[in-house]
Amino acid sequence: MSDMNGPKGLTRRQLLSRASAAGASFVVGAGFVAAPNGAWAMETAVLKPQTMATLVQMARDIYPHDQVGDEFYVIAVKGYDTDAAAGGIEEGVAKLNAAAKAAGHDSYLAAGWERDRVDILRGMEDDPFFQQIRGGLVTGLYNQKAVWPIFGYEGASYEFGGYIERGFNDINWL
Amino acid sequence: MTAPFELSDDSVVVIIGTGAGGGVLANELAQKGVSVVALEAGGRHEPQDFINDEWDSFGQLAWLDPRTTSGDWRVAKDFSGLPAWIVKSVGGTTQHWAGASLRFQDHEWKARTSYGDVEGASLLDWPINAAEMDPWYTMAEDKLGVTRTGDRPGLPGNNNYKVFEAGAKALGYKDVHTGRMAINSDENRDRSMCQQTGFCFQGCKWGAKWSAGYVDIPQGEATGNLEVRSQSHVARILHNDTGKVTGVEYFDKDGNLQMQKARIVCVAGNSFESPRLLLNSASSMFPNGLANSSDQVGRNYMRHMTGSVYAVFDKPVKMWRGTTMAGIIQDESRHDPSRGFVGGYELETLALGLPFMAAFLDPGAWGREFTTALDHYENMAGMWIVGEDMPQATNRVTLNSDVKDQHGLPVANVHFSDHANDIAMRNHAYQQGQAVYEAVGATRTFPTPPYPSTHNLGTNRMSERPEDGVVNKWGQTHDIENLFVSDGSQFTTGAAENPTLTIVALAIRQADHIASEMSAGSL
Repeated sequence: MSDMNGPKGLTRRQLLSRASAAGASFVVGAGFVAAPNGAWAMETAVLKPQTMATLVQMARDIYPHDQVGDEFYVIAVKGYDTDAAAGGIEEGVAKLNAAAKAAGHDSYLAAGWERDRVDILRGMEDDPFFQQIRGGLVTGLYNQKAVWPIFGYEGASYEFGGYIERGFNDINWL
Repeated sequence: MTAPFELSDDSVVVIIGTGAGGGVLANELAQKGVSVVALEAGGRHEPQDFINDEWDSFGQLAWLDPRTTSGDWRVAKDFSGLPAWIVKSVGGTTQHWAGASLRFQDHEWKARTSYGDVEGASLLDWPINAAEMDPWYTMAEDKLGVTRTGDRPGLPGNNNYKVFEAGAKALGYKDVHTGRMAINSDENRDRSMCQQTGFCFQGCKWGAKWSAGYVDIPQGEATGNLEVRSQSHVARILHNDTGKVTGVEYFDKDGNLQMQKARIVCVAGNSFESPRLLLNSASSMFPNGLANSSDQVGRNYMRHMTGSVYAVFDKPVKMWRGTTMAGIIQDESRHDPSRGFVGGYELETLALGLPFMAAFLDPGAWGREFTTALDHYENMAGMWIVGEDMPQATNRVTLNSDVKDQHGLPVANVHFSDHANDIAMRNHAYQQGQAVYEAVGATRTFPTPPYPSTHNLGTNRMSERPEDGVVNKWGQTHDIENLFVSDGSQFTTGAAENPTLTIVALAIRQADHIASEMSAGSL
């Protein structure tokens, strides 16, 4: 699978992403996951591709930002694709799918409405698996420097001389 | 210039911790010609080392050694291993602090008298008063270069302040300004002028904010009388069979146990580590820990009544630009029981970057209620609430022998539950804070729960009578004459104000006392 070439090439265990919005669903092949529009693709090392796709959807359902592309959610969860983490993740996603089935869906991903998926998540809110994913996202998603501009956050300012001449008091609507 | 002192030199004053208390005390004693060895668990970080990045800086500066929590405070649930956001570095939490430098109000020095008998609270009057503290406060303000004191002008208001000020004025608040801040507001001082960079909490890369780490410590070292040993974690204070302390055992930077002799020992490790050290120093002569005949070591832990209010507007604010906390409303800091609680609170501007906003706005929250708030991060304004909380004997730091730190020492467990007065005050402050923003058109407001504590106070409190507390009016322990406490754990009560200026003023005063007692031969 290491020769699965996207527009920028794809190496093992490495995310390929472009800074464009990705589709909400996935093309899932043997060993890799990709956005339908090719905006990003990921070859999984240990996790089942379906599991990775479920994790990405789960991440978006926990912290949904419609202006933030899937590629950032992928980055936020790809750290679970390791020998050490994968066992617990497969187990957790199996639990998630079981809860989805109990709620009348074929799987978590098959639940078409965010509302239905969120109901499933609410039902397992105290589960360590849910808390592991949610807790990891707090830094995994919001501490990506590439995400900050989407929210308007400007990050470090010292190297630009601070804001003393760059609008620290430029508010004009009061 | 660093003065190396021998481990066997029993003429030195050993100071444990180099923050607002210990760092200032070390410099002040050194200036008076006293030989000082300061032992600091953290490493050295100079302004150029600081990082304009919230999590990276947190990893660089925060005290992350294990601690445990209990009690009904939400921090115990959301941040169970992190009761405090304080710093492990030469300079301690003065590297991180926002710079707000307020004097206590007169009535706050006598909280028991002012507030009466509040059920469940262990209130006491301080054994010192406002008039006695006045000259020390002036010295502290001059040392820190506090704006709006002396001839120092105020800082200019940033965007976050302008929103806050407009709301405050619309609500009729009168005492509203850009604060009394230990941040240089003009060109003509020893330190650089504030460049409105933000990231005050991450260490000021300009050195415009006062920190004991890069102001007092180098000054003390330049005298030749101060040796700072960083990455040195004190494990135990030693004493002789007459009950006087004789030195300390500490783990040096390589993890080797060393013993430094001392004429006097001053404990300034903050309100968790100071009581922990006294308790961990228990001996056959002092089975309950050093200076603990009153059983007050570790008790009456206070963390200020805190919380935050954030608000979203329909237009950009960009609150992260500029000084993190230069804005204050003081109208609610008075004691006015008609509001349903004793004591008062300050409202102060506060901004978090996106990464910390995600972590602290509503810890544990998820879903669109949460994420739509962050979607408008650019349009957010924020303030912090800081008010007087009630000391309670059951809120306390104890040793947790089930959990050991990297040196094998029992860690501090921090137990805290809000007093009814704290809750009533917080609810009032949430209401007022939200009203401030609604008065200028906020479309949504967020009464945000307290963060891990930065103001940790009271666990070795000062008292007139030895049975009520751990130290006397000089910070000298009631039980052991050559053992002092020099940090915020001395606080009898917390008052409504950010504590650093008071810690510094007490340290300057304590240095004066110790030096004169040493000259007189009585210490």
